[in-house]
Amino acid sequence: MSGVNDFVVRFATVNGSGSASANSIFAKTVFRMGVPVSAKNIFPSNIQGLPTWYEVRASEAGWVGRREGVDLMVAMNAQTYEEDLAAVVPGGWLFYDSSMPRIWPRQDITVLGMPIAEICAKKWRDPRQRQLLKNMVYVGAVSTLLQIDLDVLEGVISDQFGGRAKLIGPNMEAVALGRDYAAEHFDCPLPIHTRRASGAEGKILVTGNEAAGLGAVYAGATVCAWYPITPSTSLVEAFESFCNKLRVTADGEKLFGVVQAEDELAAIGVALGAGWNGARAFTATSGPGVSLMSEFLGLGYFAEIPMVLYNVARGGPSTGMPTRTQQSDILACAYASHGDTKHVLLFPADPGECFSMSADAFDLAERLQTPVIVVSDLDIGMNSWMVDPFEWDDARTFDRGKVLDAEALDRAENFGRYRDVDGDGIPFRTLPGTHPDKGAFFTRGTSHDEAARYTEDGTVHARVLDRIARKFETAATLVPKAEIVSGGAGAKDGLICFGSSRPAVLEAMDKLASDGIRVDMLRIRGFPFGDEVAAFCAAHERVFVVEQNRDAQMRSLLILEAGVAAEKLIPVLGYDGMPLTAEFVRKHLLKARPTAAVAAE
Amino acid sequence: MSYIAKPIARHPKLKRNALGLTHRDYEGAMSTLCAGCGHDSITAALIEACCEIDLPPHRIAKISGIGCSSKAPTYFIKQAHGFNSVHGRMPSVATGANLANRDLIYLGVSGDGDTASIGLGQFAHAVRRKLNMVYIVMNNGCYGLTKGQFSATNDRASPSKKGAPNPFDPIDLCQLAITLGAGFVARSFSGDKAQLKPLIKAAIHYNGFALLDVISPCVTFNNHAASTKGYEYVRAHNEALDRVDFVPLENEIRAELAAGETRDVLLHDGSTLRLNRLDADHDPEDADSALTAIRSRAARGEVATGLLYLDPAEQDLHATLGTTARPLNAMPMSELCPGADKLAAINAKFQ
Repeated sequence: MSGVNDFVVRFATVNGSGSASANSIFAKTVFRMGVPVSAKNIFPSNIQGLPTWYEVRASEAGWVGRREGVDLMVAMNAQTYEEDLAAVVPGGWLFYDSSMPRIWPRQDITVLGMPIAEICAKKWRDPRQRQLLKNMVYVGAVSTLLQIDLDVLEGVISDQFGGRAKLIGPNMEAVALGRDYAAEHFDCPLPIHTRRASGAEGKILVTGNEAAGLGAVYAGATVCAWYPITPSTSLVEAFESFCNKLRVTADGEKLFGVVQAEDELAAIGVALGAGWNGARAFTATSGPGVSLMSEFLGLGYFAEIPMVLYNVARGGPSTGMPTRTQQSDILACAYASHGDTKHVLLFPADPGECFSMSADAFDLAERLQTPVIVVSDLDIGMNSWMVDPFEWDDARTFDRGKVLDAEALDRAENFGRYRDVDGDGIPFRTLPGTHPDKGAFFTRGTSHDEAARYTEDGTVHARVLDRIARKFETAATLVPKAEIVSGGAGAKDGLICFGSSRPAVLEAMDKLASDGIRVDMLRIRGFPFGDEVAAFCAAHERVFVVEQNRDAQMRSLLILEAGVAAEKLIPVLGYDGMPLTAEFVRKHLLKARPTAAVAAE
Repeated sequence: MSYIAKPIARHPKLKRNALGLTHRDYEGAMSTLCAGCGHDSITAALIEACCEIDLPPHRIAKISGIGCSSKAPTYFIKQAHGFNSVHGRMPSVATGANLANRDLIYLGVSGDGDTASIGLGQFAHAVRRKLNMVYIVMNNGCYGLTKGQFSATNDRASPSKKGAPNPFDPIDLCQLAITLGAGFVARSFSGDKAQLKPLIKAAIHYNGFALLDVISPCVTFNNHAASTKGYEYVRAHNEALDRVDFVPLENEIRAELAAGETRDVLLHDGSTLRLNRLDADHDPEDADSALTAIRSRAARGEVATGLLYLDPAEQDLHATLGTTARPLNAMPMSELCPGADKLAAINAKFQ
């Protein structure tokens, strides 16, 4: 598997020591050499002193999912030596700080020791500087081991430090220390190394949260309220930062308002209040926040108020694994809140879709007059993904939905806020302050009639609920269609996935093809499901549903909402909090294939 | 029947305001609260106040939580949009609405349960943010809609209708609001329209967070002889610290009054708040003095009413955030979407 431009390097460090910056410099350098990379930050829920890992996969073939097995372990944390040693593939390498030499109990790998602490102690007197630059020393050593172009590395370092010579100088000195030592003491380059390639040319390396924050700016969102929670925090920070660059007038007036609320309940309340009043508004959170926001989501559903909620999912249940990834909020999002409640969901698969689906999400929210939940996850949101550059079509029009202005109200006869005039289940709304004596109504979570008046009439109540159900049939025709990738004509096996599972699944399909197994893929991009989902299931003998949760939540949703027979849907489930790998998908799919079917083919 | 429209018959000689509207034009649906409910008197004061200061009804947004009080917005200003949200969460909805359109007047209507119990957190933070709104608490010391349980504002000494003593100390929302930085804090009584109406007018014109804590007896569950939130008790123990007159910009009269008794406070929008002090020890522009006045009256079993605290340095959330003077909900998408040409530089940063 491993070789030139095809390897996994894992940096094992201590968090809060400045290693994250050094590690991302390494990933960016490989990327700028034109080699497709994926970087996974496996970090603790802690600020300083606990083990953290940063895994970089280079794949000239362009596979950007995580891969199992570490070719080169950069073991900079004595706390985790044991497990780090175990993670190295046979024939692999382990690089460590040999200032305190030790014997590594494995004969099948090569250990490369460099007395980094000793060298740094001689070179720099300030302990903080020593600690930070130590990271660049190992980056330097690794860059020589992997034959990385120094000029590319220097360019990345220069960009990282904003061209400030005072910072670039010492960092390059540290790199040189590492490079010189490696060149002198190790057999460089290693069989796994880099060479210039073209697979990453023209691409960008970006996190989903940055992309979604930017997407919300492009979507015209003006009001954002939020409560800090990993892994969604950086989404709002990105939104605010992009707004400060792109949405401030020459006079210094801000064309946006961001409120850090006192909790998630308030955050979504602000978003709903703003959505009710005609602004494009959103909040971002993770699983625990979704639980807290459920009451308001029910109000948004029943009172029919547009807003967007980004759920950057993490490991549940409860506080769970705040810094690990999962897809375990599917049912909690689809049915958030009590009563007959259902929500429109979008499932971006990568940062590219986090950007493009943002505009879709706000359009859908206003078209359908309901909360739209963009279900991302920690892997997409916080890790750097290689994707195509963001694109925007200036000819794109925004769908602001059915809003009656003063003139329309003057023309309108018999306005009723919840009256289905067009037969699509979507009523017309008005904004406060529009007309002196027409169009005002009372928004409420209590049962209401078509004129928005309080009612306890059961017939009316049922009629309104039926109309909202009709609106959801319309929603199924408007949400993004599923992506279908053929595994070859006549494939009997289907596979359904969504979100961050996509790269691992595509790679697994490729491996399975080598095994002689053809699998078609359908990637769900929206809920309620479009007709293509049930059709895909009908067209295959069996359908594997790959998801990152224990309870096969998407499978349940398919059974409940797409009418697919339970026995047709075979779950393939990973829920250890680590980004999915192709090997995992392949192995579990092979295991889950009914033996009879395997025998028959 | 759960929604009762009011007949629109009106007396031809009803007084009209500058907009040509009468107070009947500021009414809503028929109240479904109990006959004699204090909330209906507050509603009546709101109707008259809004009419008398010539507010265009449709430029008002009424936002409430859940409870008897929160139903009240249905009963006034039917040409205004209303939002009956979820329990204790009116402040966040009002915050969002205000962020989206700073040009409307936000009347938040809440109760003591909605504000002092389930909504205490949201209340506190709306105050802290200095949201430009009028926050009216229709305070009856009990949960009317669930049949009379104590609320967090009920006095410790004050028993339930069946005589059970309240074992907990009350939360005084005015003291809390002053401590948290509210700019305008007043307490009144639903049975004293003469005091309440000018306070409502001044609160609407105040640019910042204005709290009106209005004792509003629950005739059904908390109006017995021993209750400190009943009509009888509040009438007997209502100690007005001042009288407020509200003078809109165009009507400004500068009558000479004895110094020390009357103070004119010029509000942000040019209108004037004329304060006639009845208690020489109370300086409403001093938070400590206001807190002392409330506490010392409460210790004597009295209810200090009137404009308790006023910070003449009006502040609101938009100023803090630096948002544009134009309503965000009216911004054209062409101004909000940066467009394709800006993306090249952004993409370059990620390359």
